[in-house]
Amino acid sequence: MKTAEELKNFGVIKTEEMVLNMGPQHPSTHGVLRLKIKTDGEIVSEIEPHIGYLHRCFEKHCENVTYEQVIPYVDRCDYLASMNNSHVWAMAVEKLMGIEIPERVEYIRVIMAELQRIASHLMAVGAMGLDLGGITPITYTFRDRERILDLFEYVSGARLLYNYIWIGGVAHDLPPNFVQHTRDFLDWFEPQIVEYDRLLTYNKIFIERTADVGVLPADVAINWGCTGPVLRASGVEWDLRRAEPYSIYDRFDFDVVVGKGEVGTVGDCWDRYWVRVEEMRQCIRIVRQALDQLPPDGDVHAAVPKKVRPPKGEIHFRAENPKGDLGFYIVSDGSPKPYRVKMRSPAFCNLSVINEIARGWMISDVIAVLGSLDIVLGEIDR
Amino acid sequence: MTSFTDFLTTGLLGLSWVPDSAWAGGVLAVAILLGLAVFTLMALNAMVAVYFERKVSAFMQDRLGPMEVGLFGFRGGKRFWGGIGQTVADAVKLVIKEDTIPADSDPRLFRFAPFLIFGAAFCAFIGIPVGYGLVISDFNIGILYVTAISSVGVIGIILTGWASNNKWSLYGAMRSAAQIISYELPLGLSLLLVVMVVGSLQFHDIVAWQEEHRWFLIHSPFTMVAFLIFFMSGVAEVNRTPFDLPESESELVAGFMTEYSGFRWAIFFLSEYANMAIISLMTAIVFLGGWLSPVGSLLRLLGVPEGWYYLDGPIWGVFWIMGKVAFFIFVMMWFRWTWPRLRVDQLMYTAWKVFIPFSLANIFFVGVWELVFG
Repeated sequence: MKTAEELKNFGVIKTEEMVLNMGPQHPSTHGVLRLKIKTDGEIVSEIEPHIGYLHRCFEKHCENVTYEQVIPYVDRCDYLASMNNSHVWAMAVEKLMGIEIPERVEYIRVIMAELQRIASHLMAVGAMGLDLGGITPITYTFRDRERILDLFEYVSGARLLYNYIWIGGVAHDLPPNFVQHTRDFLDWFEPQIVEYDRLLTYNKIFIERTADVGVLPADVAINWGCTGPVLRASGVEWDLRRAEPYSIYDRFDFDVVVGKGEVGTVGDCWDRYWVRVEEMRQCIRIVRQALDQLPPDGDVHAAVPKKVRPPKGEIHFRAENPKGDLGFYIVSDGSPKPYRVKMRSPAFCNLSVINEIARGWMISDVIAVLGSLDIVLGEIDR
Repeated sequence: MTSFTDFLTTGLLGLSWVPDSAWAGGVLAVAILLGLAVFTLMALNAMVAVYFERKVSAFMQDRLGPMEVGLFGFRGGKRFWGGIGQTVADAVKLVIKEDTIPADSDPRLFRFAPFLIFGAAFCAFIGIPVGYGLVISDFNIGILYVTAISSVGVIGIILTGWASNNKWSLYGAMRSAAQIISYELPLGLSLLLVVMVVGSLQFHDIVAWQEEHRWFLIHSPFTMVAFLIFFMSGVAEVNRTPFDLPESESELVAGFMTEYSGFRWAIFFLSEYANMAIISLMTAIVFLGGWLSPVGSLLRLLGVPEGWYYLDGPIWGVFWIMGKVAFFIFVMMWFRWTWPRLRVDQLMYTAWKVFIPFSLANIFFVGVWELVFG
């Protein structure tokens, strides 16, 4: 005998939302991100990123080591852009201590930072193709990234975590013929970008999958603190290299690439992808100019202090990382170890916007949006 | 008893060389032998195709692919054989791997489902000729049989998705059900057009018609469109990129195969490559003249008298059909290693709003064409 309630619902097929746990082991979560997704069939109604699977207590570690010893740790934050990370850290400490940097060091650092930016964007571009099911683009971008890593290996001896940019200088001077090798690489690499365009950027299926998908309006991007290519793709011309020129970036001629909505809406996945491709071209321009202007000789260790002991005080310094606006807030109590370090991670803010822009789309689009945000979990979890 | 064996030998198996008086055991032995032959063909196809795919993908991606493993007895895979033993080694690895069954799954369905998928591909091979007369059974409804039996596989995919008790598998299974059922329509409609022209559902008749007239690829503009629709739908039927949604690696981990390992997974692999071969075989037979020599067909169109230079005959026939099949398999691999994947709604859009209307229009126009020129 059925109760009245059961009889009322008899024959009614009840549907409910399913919670899908994407990650931490999933091919497309770029490391160990876990997305808790509420789905109704293929449609996603809510995305909740769960982070912390790669948490390594970076900030707490910094309080227990000297300023120089932090550099290997910052290298490991955004492991696809180690050079940029140590560059920002070195600049922050130098500013706190008021150290003047030799010209040659500034140029070497800029060359490294821009080459690293190309390497990081290559990874983003290839991974985006991989996320959308095209397996070949990433092998192309990795092939080209290898050559950049070869250059870094030549300079620093390492291929991923360089520990090259030090406070007040760089670890070693450039090896012989480095300038020529870099020029050769740039001449060879520039036509490769056209190949990516043919293979992926203007592929019909790729455009179908990314145009108008996951549109991030400029105001939402600013409200959520998005920076870097994600913000620029939404049409906001904000690049710290131009807006707050640090190091020697005011000496170079380059364009700040902003999303134009060429195949869809401004701020869609395709724009975020395209901004990175175009930025690689701008990086090539900057590196070429830097190589031309590079002072032929000079001591790269001139300003390296014997003991890094910044005066009492605090500083916030930020610079443009491949992923966006990377900031370090350092409190010094006058001892050789920082009293407190806070890292403002660009990918963290960029990831947090995913629920805003991927909600209401399909599972496949969540993957596309995630790929276009280009996150690195090492930096998000720190 | 005699009538039963008659039925088996002449009716079901279509083998006139088995004597009428053969006893049932003999028939069974023949059936098993033929089954083994089909299985060997499938396994061989998978082995060659996997090696081919790895090499094709490697060359497209600026890599070398497998280079280390030589064949047993032939040392030096790297230097002489280009890693030709790799698939054999992989197959052995898969067979001796642990066969895991998830604790929360439905173990009976979980075990059974891969064999249903495999069975569908296996049975389809019975009806498809791989050369002139080289067919287990040349049904008079061959096309109908092959299209019908190859869609049984989707039940197996749904079962794997359900039995695995895994959300990713379920998603893969649901996608594949929707996809395969949708793409069967344009596939069938494109075949219907050829059947309309030939007036027979038998593969041999279709090839004979093409020998007499011309290949369907160049018969009329509409059959050319039908060829494109058929091949693209076929790619969707066998879950290859850009239609590989059921197992889309970057989204659904491995789709309906997520929970499978070892031998059962190898069965999926075998079926996938067998399905590729089936679609390629059908495309070759129906649109590209099957075992007809392209040289001969061209010369016949030009009115050159027949001769040895036609490169015709049963032996050449096997060569030509296998060449065509290899070409289509290569094209599928080419797609896979070049293109990204469609989204599920775009997939449905392509089937229902592009392929099916075009196929229907095609049927109408081919009818008109036949009335005018036929």
